Amino acid sequence: MSSRRISPRPAFLMVPGIIALAFLVLPLLALLWQAPWGDITSIVSSPLALDALRLSLVTSLTATAFATVVGVPLAWLLAREVLPATRLVRALVIVPLLLPPVVSGVMLLSAFGRRGFVGQYLYSAFGIQLPFTTAGVVLAEAFVAMPFLIITLEGAFRSLDRRYEDAAITLGASSWTVFRRVTVPLIAPSLLAGAVLCWARALGEFGATITFAGNLPGVTQTMPLAVYSALESDRSAAIALSVLLLGVCVAVLVALRGYYLKGASA
Amino acid sequence: MTIAVDASITRGTFTVTVAAELEPGMVVAVLGPNGSGKSTLLRAIAGLQPISAGTIRIDDVVVDDAGHVFAPPQERAIGLVPQDYALFPHLTVRDNVAFGPRSRGAGRRAAADLAEATLARLGISDLTDRKPGQISGGQAQRVALARALATDPAILLLDEPLAALDVESRDAVRAELDIHLSTFAGCTVLVTHDPLDALLLADRVLVIEEGRIVQDGTPADLAHQPATTYVAALMGVTLLRGSAHDGLLSVDGGGVLHIADADVSGRVQCVVRPESVTLHRQEPEGSARNIWPGTVGSLQPSHDRVRVLIDAAPGVVAVVTPAAVAELGLVKGTPIWMSMKAVDLAVYRSPAH
Repeated sequence: MSSRRISPRPAFLMVPGIIALAFLVLPLLALLWQAPWGDITSIVSSPLALDALRLSLVTSLTATAFATVVGVPLAWLLAREVLPATRLVRALVIVPLLLPPVVSGVMLLSAFGRRGFVGQYLYSAFGIQLPFTTAGVVLAEAFVAMPFLIITLEGAFRSLDRRYEDAAITLGASSWTVFRRVTVPLIAPSLLAGAVLCWARALGEFGATITFAGNLPGVTQTMPLAVYSALESDRSAAIALSVLLLGVCVAVLVALRGYYLKGASA
Repeated sequence: MTIAVDASITRGTFTVTVAAELEPGMVVAVLGPNGSGKSTLLRAIAGLQPISAGTIRIDDVVVDDAGHVFAPPQERAIGLVPQDYALFPHLTVRDNVAFGPRSRGAGRRAAADLAEATLARLGISDLTDRKPGQISGGQAQRVALARALATDPAILLLDEPLAALDVESRDAVRAELDIHLSTFAGCTVLVTHDPLDALLLADRVLVIEEGRIVQDGTPADLAHQPATTYVAALMGVTLLRGSAHDGLLSVDGGGVLHIADADVSGRVQCVVRPESVTLHRQEPEGSARNIWPGTVGSLQPSHDRVRVLIDAAPGVVAVVTPAAVAELGLVKGTPIWMSMKAVDLAVYRSPAH
């Protein structure tokens, strides 16, 4: 009798599992292999690249902030089932998650375009025009990325032990105080995870952005769009920009390793 | 500060109906099995659960009338010690205790001072800067009590205050809780499924079963005149029901016993304390008026005694030493004789239900 437990390694799981791993890692290695390491500093420090990087960071962070401010309350409403037809509302929230991003872009045009559902009044009443502006980029990114934040937070609100909030209420706390001082601190890890997921999705947004906001350098050309444009003219520049984007993501992953590399238990 | 509850509370398909007045300076235990509705009653008094019919009054002010009036928990002068304490894990002990005063409008400094004074009063100043994750269950119980008392409530509500503790620390924490509760001037309501908590901490016990109060009395009342089989079992005694006439008790389900009080007649209940039942292998001869046969149903060891459940008419429980079990050779199915003095049978009128 041995007390040591040996994990079984059946071939029918080992072989496809390793194929999956190779499939995921190979393109990463290929990108790094082909990267023009000699010219990379000059490419990524070119005005075009820096503009795109700045625009990507500004728009993705703004979109995440917007998604947090309005998405967290919606997640709470869904978790506590205070809205009528909670199941329908949840389905509607998840739609942008499943939709091809280009379709999201078309939908945004229908809503906020110059002749759109809401856009025509925004334009005639306030002169506000969203398509092909930096604000339009933020809108496209928030539309596509916010569902990630909402579903993460809804789960967190749902699994939160209600006795903490009950205790706070009996101590005399207003609902705002309970939310601010008890609910949010208790779900803080999920809030961070949800915001990072949302931000990563916003940073990588391509389809909805190019459809709704176009591809104007310095105004709406974010990093993914810059990579796409460079691919048509200068392949090595596209690779260099991709490496830069990869670097940003790896930096965030390292900063948050406590949340994502520990496994799904959190 | 009196609480008057005359209300039904519905949760899902389950309804609790309670009518009781609770006086200040008194510790009232609500005792009942799990799922009997006792926590629901506590939540209704706290304002966490609206009632479905009737009224709840606190000091003659209606706080809930199942319709027009509903005072939220923030407007009721209550302090709640939730089950498992629910201390805020992200706040220090000081901030946990200061949470109530802060929420009720005290400044940061004043709330912290009040928290520290309350912790000192309960003798747990050493925990002030710890987080809830760094203290023991017994300490968490005291901190939860301090947090509830820091808002100077008129009513203190405790939900299973000792259930989260291990058996070793429970006695010590209970004794300390008893001291704090006895100095609390307001009304205390304590919900528990443990009869020991109710008997040792409370002045008055409401026994609740399946959403109804089945007994309302002092701990002594419960021990001497249990209203139901459940209460009798909690007290460790056998409850017999039957009809009395001419000094005889005809027990429901079979058997006749002599009782000392010849004047009692009609529907009665009677308590058989296990210590008053004597067991014999042969039919005994002696002064005991009640002698009847049966068989051993089961043996339950408890501490240094063995409880012997006997199938007979009437069936009772006896308590013997392990030595007696060996001498009498008791196993399941052993034929046995019982004897008991008539004066040991405490007969009382069946409560009207």
